[in-house]
Amino acid sequence: MAVLETRALMKHFGRIRAVDGIDITSGDGELLAILGPSGSGKSTLMRMVAGLEEPSSGDILVDGRSIVGIPPKHRNVAMVFQSFALYPHMNVRENIRFPLVARKVPEQEQREKVDWVTGILEIGDLLDRRPTRLSGGQMQRVALARALVRDPELFVFDEPLSSLDAQIRSQARGELRELHDRTQITTLYVTHDQLEALGLADRVAVVHNGRVQQIGSPRELYENPGNLFVAGFIGDPPMNLLNLGDTIVGARPEHLLLETDTSAEDVALNLDIEIEHLEFLGAEWLIYGAVSGGIPESERRQRVIGRLRQAEPPPMRAGEHRQFVIKNANARYFDIATGERKSTPEVALA
Amino acid sequence: MNAPSTSTRQGAAVPEGLRGRIGDALERPGVLGTVMLAPAILYIVAFVAVPFCIAIALSFSNATVGDPTIDSFVGLENFRAVLQQEAFVTALRNSVIVTIATVVGIVVLATIAVELLARDFRGKRLVQVLFMMPWAMPVALSAITWLWLLDSQFSPIDWLLLKVGVLGPGGPLGPAQHMYYLGREWLGLGSVVFLDIWRTLPLATIIVLAGRLSIPRERLEQAQIDGASFMRILFRIIVPALAPVLIVAILFTALLVIGEMSSVALLTRGGPGHSGQILPYWAYLKGIESGDLAQGAAISLFLFPVLAAAAIVALRFASRLHRD
Repeated sequence: MAVLETRALMKHFGRIRAVDGIDITSGDGELLAILGPSGSGKSTLMRMVAGLEEPSSGDILVDGRSIVGIPPKHRNVAMVFQSFALYPHMNVRENIRFPLVARKVPEQEQREKVDWVTGILEIGDLLDRRPTRLSGGQMQRVALARALVRDPELFVFDEPLSSLDAQIRSQARGELRELHDRTQITTLYVTHDQLEALGLADRVAVVHNGRVQQIGSPRELYENPGNLFVAGFIGDPPMNLLNLGDTIVGARPEHLLLETDTSAEDVALNLDIEIEHLEFLGAEWLIYGAVSGGIPESERRQRVIGRLRQAEPPPMRAGEHRQFVIKNANARYFDIATGERKSTPEVALA
Repeated sequence: MNAPSTSTRQGAAVPEGLRGRIGDALERPGVLGTVMLAPAILYIVAFVAVPFCIAIALSFSNATVGDPTIDSFVGLENFRAVLQQEAFVTALRNSVIVTIATVVGIVVLATIAVELLARDFRGKRLVQVLFMMPWAMPVALSAITWLWLLDSQFSPIDWLLLKVGVLGPGGPLGPAQHMYYLGREWLGLGSVVFLDIWRTLPLATIIVLAGRLSIPRERLEQAQIDGASFMRILFRIIVPALAPVLIVAILFTALLVIGEMSSVALLTRGGPGHSGQILPYWAYLKGIESGDLAQGAAISLFLFPVLAAAAIVALRFASRLHRD
């Protein structure tokens, strides 16, 4: 267990700033997800923690000790790559033992550790196989075993689920969380998939343009996005962001309500929406529409998406107009110039 | 007036004239394949298969330059005669030594060179170009260079050794002022090995570099994170991954070097005496210079069964490794 901290961490590649001043402090034994689109700098951040890249400036600390300049082999950081990077000419046992052999751990201890880790990950029957004879899920377990076998202070996961088939991904997610709860090793989990980040992590740091946009628990990010980027990135479909001319109001699709009996003081916006089409997703319906009333004249025809948590078809058709309300409790306001969250709603209704 | 327009429309679908018909025929995979392969097959038949068969026929005959007709069958007589010559046994031994030494040198140096060339550094392109120079250089030009470098009187290497104090009176290799590289049995063979390595290293390096660059970067980074030192990564991760290409490189250089006589012909001419003789040059001396075509053919064919077997085994092994 350890606390990972980065201070004003920067990495430039020529004139490109991949990481542009990142300050993150993990909790002890926390599973911290780094979530961002591709090119956001999250991989560079991860590679600096693992020691594969040197920071241009700033500091990385584990338990208060700087690890900048220490080569990867002397850092006690284990990593699982997206491709799992198993050694193809070694069987599973040799793969798992490799970090121990490289660290010259005594034979007896090696055997005990391999037994322990194969027990945890339930891969005892795979030990004599070559990596090419493993399924994606099995390869992932072997890669985890190889990372776990040396008692690392810190785990770094690089999209460890994205090369798995969709069917086993949610199962693997559960197993990963279980493994973390069991080992309590501080983990940096890098992903572009918000489902993984929100579903797995204690806290999520949303990274964009080399900076941390917001860090918080999955619920905090979903319910109170700190800026327009997070609002538009988290959630599928993302938050509806309506430009009101002097401010931007955001509301989750499930917060576009068909209710008409809401009392007037609870209502933030009352929208007249022209339905464009409906989408059936099994347990819910998505309603695609364009705003045709309830906001300033010049800002009309903005597209919105509503979500109806029911299997029965909603009482509307394409081309019809419906009234939707956004309650005060569900409306989030953003500054139009900076994109930052505003605490006070300075709304000018039409 | 409708007829011409119909025929034009048909013409668009079915091309007319010679070009159209050739184009059509080439569209068929069977025809295209045959046409593309034909030059290569003709070349191999005319310049490899036919001479090879003639060589086999010659080795079982008593043909000479004066009477080159293959009209009498003498069985293994030529091979027996060849084996009884002392020069042949020396040449066989030297061929094996030169080939093994060259291959070992090349495998080691190519692996090191590839580690360098796989990295990014300033001036990498210049280094690459310089590195490939020996392969692009005409043999005659490199021969002049090496004959000068290894000259018995004017060798700059000797001059350097003399300056450093290794040669000359009092030096560990003294008191002589010269090494006479090409005039001593083992130094001569060593010089031949050196020249062979110098010439074939670029080819081997290109082959091995292709294999090295196909190792995913993540695998090497993973090994770093797993705590492996540079040497452990080299011998436990990189070399095993390179095994298939290394085998191909070994095979290529071995076959190239064992049939190669120009370095010996240029440097030592098999001397001093026959002590630096190798098989291909001995075959040339016997068959062409001395005019005994049959014995020359027998000498040059002597290693063929061994080489063919070795090549087959090595290629099988490489393809099995590759599949794993």
